[in-house]
Amino acid sequence: MSIDPQAPDSPPDELGSEVSRRSFMAAGALGGAAVVAGPALVGDGPVAVADDTGSQVSLVINGERRTVTVDNRTSLLDLLREHLGLTGTKKGCDAGACGACTVLVDGRRVNGCLTLAVRLEGAEVTTIEGLAPGEDRLHPLQQAFIDEDAFQCGYCTPGQIMSGVGCIREGHTGSREEIREWMSGNICRCGCYVKIVNAVEQAARVK
Amino acid sequence: MEPFSYTKVADTPAALAAGQRGGRYIAGGTTLVDLMRETVERPTTLVDIAGLPLRDITTTPGGGLRLGALVRMADAAADPKVRSAFPVISEALELSASAQLRNMATLGGNIMQRTRCTYFRDVTANCNKRNPGSGCAALEGINRSHAILGASDSCVATHPSDAAVAFTALDATVRLLGPAGEREVPFRDFLLQPGATPDREHAIQPGELITAVEIPPHPRPLRSGYLKVRDRQSYEFALTSAAVALNIQGGVIRTARVAAGGVGTVPWRLPAVEERLVGRRPSDDLWAQAASVAADGARPLEHNAFKVELVKRTVERQLRIVGGTK
Repeated sequence: MSIDPQAPDSPPDELGSEVSRRSFMAAGALGGAAVVAGPALVGDGPVAVADDTGSQVSLVINGERRTVTVDNRTSLLDLLREHLGLTGTKKGCDAGACGACTVLVDGRRVNGCLTLAVRLEGAEVTTIEGLAPGEDRLHPLQQAFIDEDAFQCGYCTPGQIMSGVGCIREGHTGSREEIREWMSGNICRCGCYVKIVNAVEQAARVK
Repeated sequence: MEPFSYTKVADTPAALAAGQRGGRYIAGGTTLVDLMRETVERPTTLVDIAGLPLRDITTTPGGGLRLGALVRMADAAADPKVRSAFPVISEALELSASAQLRNMATLGGNIMQRTRCTYFRDVTANCNKRNPGSGCAALEGINRSHAILGASDSCVATHPSDAAVAFTALDATVRLLGPAGEREVPFRDFLLQPGATPDREHAIQPGELITAVEIPPHPRPLRSGYLKVRDRQSYEFALTSAAVALNIQGGVIRTARVAAGGVGTVPWRLPAVEERLVGRRPSDDLWAQAASVAADGARPLEHNAFKVELVKRTVERQLRIVGGTK
């Protein structure tokens, strides 16, 4: 199992190296608290692929159509982070066991690490960067995470928030026990679970 | 991960043609992509079947259910027909994995999922399932999570699916489509015990496609449910589990279907438990007496002997939950 969060499965294209330590830190430090765009990278230029192990795929990410050529091995997580500079989505286990990479695909929460980007033709993807309704307004669950102090290191927070959005949409917020069960796919090593449940509860009431 | 070519098919003939050429089907991908990343799986061609029209859940004559192979676990669990007729299926699904994974994984993929044995997933370890003839590192290794029933000298890995335990209890059948047409395989014959060939896990032929899982009609009223015991409360595989379905009329158990998970190399049907239930009246004594034979034939390994007692208690508790005490 790859445990190096900086090591993508697929060789990043020439844009990947531009994801700086600074933007990585900024995204981590702010957690889900703000709209964190990566560097202004445009991944729309086709990248040469030597044989049939690469494909072109066109999808909508945070409302913006993107057409990219990817190695077929590229996960949605690596597409976002390494190719498009959207580093808000985090790589924890890269094996579907931690939930740090949770994003919405066609409105449903999924693990970005186990989703092959090549399969997403026509899909609509929402990441933490696309959640807030505007520059000066946070999504209610982002605000709730701040209000409830629902994170410490912040690394799992984007995944927690995207998963929480899914949990609320699915209607599994009837009790604290129900929220805990339906948020169990997101691990927090700082142990902020009590406050994460508080935040999901708070945001669920807003709706 | 090894490089692979990718093709998406629009209909089942195209899928079967690609499968016959050696393509590997991918549906939810939650097991396959994970194992490809570990290079446990190294397909050269992926055939994306997510677009095939196999997403329906329909009621069959007599009150059975036909569950399309590409129904997502989350959708199957939430379906009102499934929840009302066979709660044991909904409960098994909702106690599996995480909400994210259940949004991705399909029923066909769920029953095809491969073992969580750490030696199978570690390409540097000996494993007869991954590399036939190399030996079984689990036999003398850390085997706390491994099977006490249905194992062989070649393999002691458990089957990880919860839904498959419910399907086994309910006498489900798997519908398969191949070049020669469609056929049905009883669930108990679909998943194979390891014997000397643990690399053969299913009765599926190369290029065949699972189209549906069918649950036959059961006598009504049917009470059913699933209990899962694990190291943490959620998002974990079973140490032991029990699927129970009872038809009780006039205070007497008319039919009983019981299967255990986490203990066998395949989901483990418990006919000896069922025999002790049929024709009897529910009582705490009956549940204990019937469950006392749940581990008959068990051959525990160095670290998993606790499962012998645990599976009996799991079955007993679930019999009481489903059957009551009156």
